[in-house]
Amino acid sequence: MLQALTINLRQSYAFVARNFNLVKRYWGWELVWLAYSVASSLSVVFIGAGMGAITNSSDIDTNYLVIYLLIGALVWRYLAGLFDNISEMIQWERWEGTIEYTLMAPVHRFIQMLGQTLFAIAYMSLFTGVIAAAMALFFELDFSKANLAGAVAVLLAGSLSFVSFGIVASVLPLLYPERGTQMTHIVQAFLLLVSGVYYPVEVLPGWLQFFARISPATYVLEGMRAAMLEGASLADLSHIIWPLLLAGAVMLPIGVWMFRLGETYAKKAGKLKRNG
Amino acid sequence: MRDEHNALVVNDVTKVFKKNNGNGWLRRVLRRNRENNGSGNGPAKPESKNVVAVNHVSFTVRRGEIFGVLGPNGSGKSTLVRVISTLMIPDKGGVQIFGYDVRQDEMTVKRMINRVSVDAAFFKKLSPMENLMYGARLYGVSAAEAGPKAREILNRLGLREDSLSEPMEEMSRGMQQKVAIARAFLTQPILLLLDEPTTGLDPRSKREVQAVVNELRDTHDATILLTTHDMNEADALCDRIAILDDGRIVAQDTPAGLKALVARNGYVPTLEDVFMELTGKELVKKEDDEEAEETEAVKVAA
Repeated sequence: MLQALTINLRQSYAFVARNFNLVKRYWGWELVWLAYSVASSLSVVFIGAGMGAITNSSDIDTNYLVIYLLIGALVWRYLAGLFDNISEMIQWERWEGTIEYTLMAPVHRFIQMLGQTLFAIAYMSLFTGVIAAAMALFFELDFSKANLAGAVAVLLAGSLSFVSFGIVASVLPLLYPERGTQMTHIVQAFLLLVSGVYYPVEVLPGWLQFFARISPATYVLEGMRAAMLEGASLADLSHIIWPLLLAGAVMLPIGVWMFRLGETYAKKAGKLKRNG
Repeated sequence: MRDEHNALVVNDVTKVFKKNNGNGWLRRVLRRNRENNGSGNGPAKPESKNVVAVNHVSFTVRRGEIFGVLGPNGSGKSTLVRVISTLMIPDKGGVQIFGYDVRQDEMTVKRMINRVSVDAAFFKKLSPMENLMYGARLYGVSAAEAGPKAREILNRLGLREDSLSEPMEEMSRGMQQKVAIARAFLTQPILLLLDEPTTGLDPRSKREVQAVVNELRDTHDATILLTTHDMNEADALCDRIAILDDGRIVAQDTPAGLKALVARNGYVPTLEDVFMELTGKELVKKEDDEEAEETEAVKVAA
């Protein structure tokens, strides 16, 4: 039992170590992506800072607006990165030419996903932390009301749901070697649109609000804003945290199951090959 | 139940690939509707083409053997290896490895096998050691255990110590292939699948890889399935050989047994003679032609 657990942990760690080694080797691209992310996040948050000038009004609570957009930018960067890391794992392997080697290894898919998820959470926490630090250089913000512990709890609970989404989306590159990754980007773009990243979901047309209600990102953002802007306590946030955890717990095995189905189909159709 | 005598039993395996004409399902539906309404222009194009990659293939490999599958490009060798290595599900038939079914007992089978493919499948930016540690951990071997062993195998294969931390992409194909073999050895498979491991290697690298294959069989309790289109390699390494042509096995025996099939008037034939006699094709010439066609196609595309 203990030996099996050790082997499973070692197998999960194989993905964590491999991915950090890849980040290290592709450090140039990582820097480019980081610079781009800092610039694009700043440009969104500056809209909040400039809202008074844009509308020629002095009644606007600039601090509130900047933090509102800042939370949107950072949370989305984190969640989207998590989603990318998970959903593109098959595409990475295809691109490197290692997909058959990895899928031939005696590793349960759940163990593989666990390793991929641990890496994605660690990496995106670091990446988003650097962006947050860069933002702090540009804005003097008042976080005196913020409940940081509550914000972290919401983010971790939401991570579980987003990982599940990523696993489901990762089936697409398995099924469609040439267009699968583009399809995952469409899924991600749709989540960005409907989840209220930079605006309240109430401004969306009614039919889009339906999708807002089933997107986990909507609840993560709502919880983060409540914690950071209004200092909501853990008890106040429990109506958000529990459903997120529950959704993640339900969706995770469904995601792994769907991945297994996709893998079986790919093995029947001969779609695991390097060139699709 | 574990079978201690037969390492690999391939039983009536068939794999057919359906290739459509590059049209998606929507175009196919629209075309079918058009044809049903009588507005189609001319005769309907065939919608799909079935390619029989492996056609009712059966053979048994005994424990400790080096068994060769010999055939030209496109004969179904790699598809067969994919089926054996759990990467492809056959349409018919089945495969057992030491008595375990590759579908029913997938995880058990995966622990017993490893594969070296014609294209060294590595993370090219990572170093040999990083790739090897990744591979070892996937098979549950700790880095502490795998590290010294990996160095030993790589040194034996002639890789310099200072090249072990350089990115794989900076290494020659021969060196990459040696690392691929080292990676497979590291997990101590009892059935090793070598899918054209020496294709594209220079003669020296080829000889070194062949020596390692022989050494593996002599020093480890390993059974080896080797696919190749190199007649000399098959003759030198294999205990028995199956000749595969258009997805079918046309003959299987020891190299001497195969040669005896076509020996006449005291002339001792080569395996190349055997292949030509049995299939009516020239293995090497066909490949050369294919390469020429591919080169021409690239030129046209460019």
